[in-house]
Amino acid sequence: MAEIRLEKVSKSYGQTAVIHGVDWHIKDGELVVIVGPSGCGKSTLLRMIAGLESITDGEISIDGRVVNDLEPAQRDIAMVFQNYALYPHMSVFNNMAYGLKIKGLPKAEIEKRVNEAAEILEIGDYLERSPRQLSGGQRQRVAMGRAIVREPSVFLFDEPLSNLDAKLRVQMRLEIKKLQKRLGITSVYVTHDQVEAMTLGHRLMVLNGGNVEQLGTPIELYERPETKFVASFIGSPSMNFMAGNVSADGKEVEFQGGETHALPRAISSHMGKQVTIGMRPEHLLIDPSGTHTMSYTAQVVEHLGADTLVHGTFGSGGSDLIVRLEGVKAVNPGEVLPLSIDLANIHVFDVDTGKRLE
Amino acid sequence: MIENRPIATFISHAVLIIGLLVVAFPVWVTIVAASYDSVRVLQVPLPLWPGDQFFVNLHSALTAGVGNAREQSVGLMLMNSFFMAMMITTGKIIISLLSAFAIVYFRFPFRMGFFWMIFITLMLPVEVRILPTFEVVANLGMLDTYWGLSVPLIASATATFMFRQVFLTIPDEMLEAARIDGAGPMRFFFDILLPLSRTNIAALFVILFIYGWNQYLWPLLVTTDKEMYTIVMGIKQMLEAAEESPEWHLIMMTTLLAMLPPVIVVVAMQKLFVKGLTETDK
Repeated sequence: MAEIRLEKVSKSYGQTAVIHGVDWHIKDGELVVIVGPSGCGKSTLLRMIAGLESITDGEISIDGRVVNDLEPAQRDIAMVFQNYALYPHMSVFNNMAYGLKIKGLPKAEIEKRVNEAAEILEIGDYLERSPRQLSGGQRQRVAMGRAIVREPSVFLFDEPLSNLDAKLRVQMRLEIKKLQKRLGITSVYVTHDQVEAMTLGHRLMVLNGGNVEQLGTPIELYERPETKFVASFIGSPSMNFMAGNVSADGKEVEFQGGETHALPRAISSHMGKQVTIGMRPEHLLIDPSGTHTMSYTAQVVEHLGADTLVHGTFGSGGSDLIVRLEGVKAVNPGEVLPLSIDLANIHVFDVDTGKRLE
Repeated sequence: MIENRPIATFISHAVLIIGLLVVAFPVWVTIVAASYDSVRVLQVPLPLWPGDQFFVNLHSALTAGVGNAREQSVGLMLMNSFFMAMMITTGKIIISLLSAFAIVYFRFPFRMGFFWMIFITLMLPVEVRILPTFEVVANLGMLDTYWGLSVPLIASATATFMFRQVFLTIPDEMLEAARIDGAGPMRFFFDILLPLSRTNIAALFVILFIYGWNQYLWPLLVTTDKEMYTIVMGIKQMLEAAEESPEWHLIMMTTLLAMLPPVIVVVAMQKLFVKGLTETDK
């Protein structure tokens, strides 16, 4: 059990800065997810917490103890790697027991802990096998088992599910969530998969190019993205963006095609200026009776069963828009549909900074 | 390659069989010659079928010694060769493992410089540096000792390079996982690296043992005491019979005995040897 504090943590390789001053307080027992596109520095940040990368500046403390200069083994953490990093020449049992043996725990204690972990993860039958005799999902469990037996105060996960197939990934995701809840150990989880991030995390940190874009609960990030980047990164299919001009009084916005709509909140700072409007696919409606309808030409239709996704263009400006319709809807490519916007749910961003405007 | 053409099959078999004959025939002649007495073996033509003196010759070669090298028995020379080859092999493997470990896993100044210096010694086999090396060995008082026979041959760029390549194929995560598990550098070396390079060590053992066993020039130079003669130079000495004609039947028997240890090593470690040279899965 521990809380983790990051204070102005930064990392640079020579002249190139890869993490630009991250401040974060992870509460005891929390499962937080660091999410971002590849190369954003999320793994680096995790490895800095683990002690596998040095910290250029700032301070990381675990459970009130500054760990900047401590070896990974002294930080009371356990880590699960993307490729599992099991020792190929050791049996499953020895893989899990190795760290405990080094710690010098008595044999009986080691056996007890390994057997307990094996029971939790349902790998009791494989303890004598070598890792190469196991499937991907089983190896994943062994890797988690190796982390559990250490009884650490912090779990670190570095994209642990990326090497699994889609079905197994969903299953393991659920198990990790249950396991974390059961053990109540503070966990930091890194992924590039926003669905994984949304479903797992109590809180999320969205990283982009070494900068923190936003911190918050999954729903906060979804409903009130602070930046255009977060808005486009969170949610699938991703948010639609369109250029628009705010009217002189700041109460209306004029889309590229010429239609004018009232803004949910007046934007006084950008009166008469250009902005970016964001709309989630589910906040666009095909509604002939709606008041603010515009013509929308469907081009590609994707049937997912529960939803129907329509890719098409809108207005005379020809902006691309994705619309999500509930259930199976018969839409033909080339069909022109009346489109209305759920205006209460549109997001407005600054064109240059990408920041949310209100 | 999966092809089913009779002519190709015939040609490939023919090539293999001819190759086999070229390699095997001299060995067969050795076996045949070792099984006749001294009179018959000198008559032309040499028979192609073994005679009945094999065990008689074996007994006299092992106990009485041969020709010019009569003062020391073949058994002693075999022992000397064995010790020399084992010392060279284990020494080379240990020193190469350690230097490759240092070069791959530690950051220290001039790391690559050291690596290239080791690599450059590939161009300096014993034959090239024979005078200075002899001088050093003589000054250290290692003439006529097992140390003198083996130490100058131990430093090995090839083995260092090979272990470096092996270590580079071991994923970084293995090291990181071990660090999180609390393993220090030497612990990581013994618990993870050594077991993972086991097959490569075996492959290298075979190659280096034969290299050590076959040493001729260097033992010839540093040994003057007949007690320290190795089998390979011993055979050469046997040929230099001053008065009498060489005892070919006994020399052939000694040659057979000299071939035995490398054959045993290869046969015993064959499986690991092939695995070590071909296996890429880590």
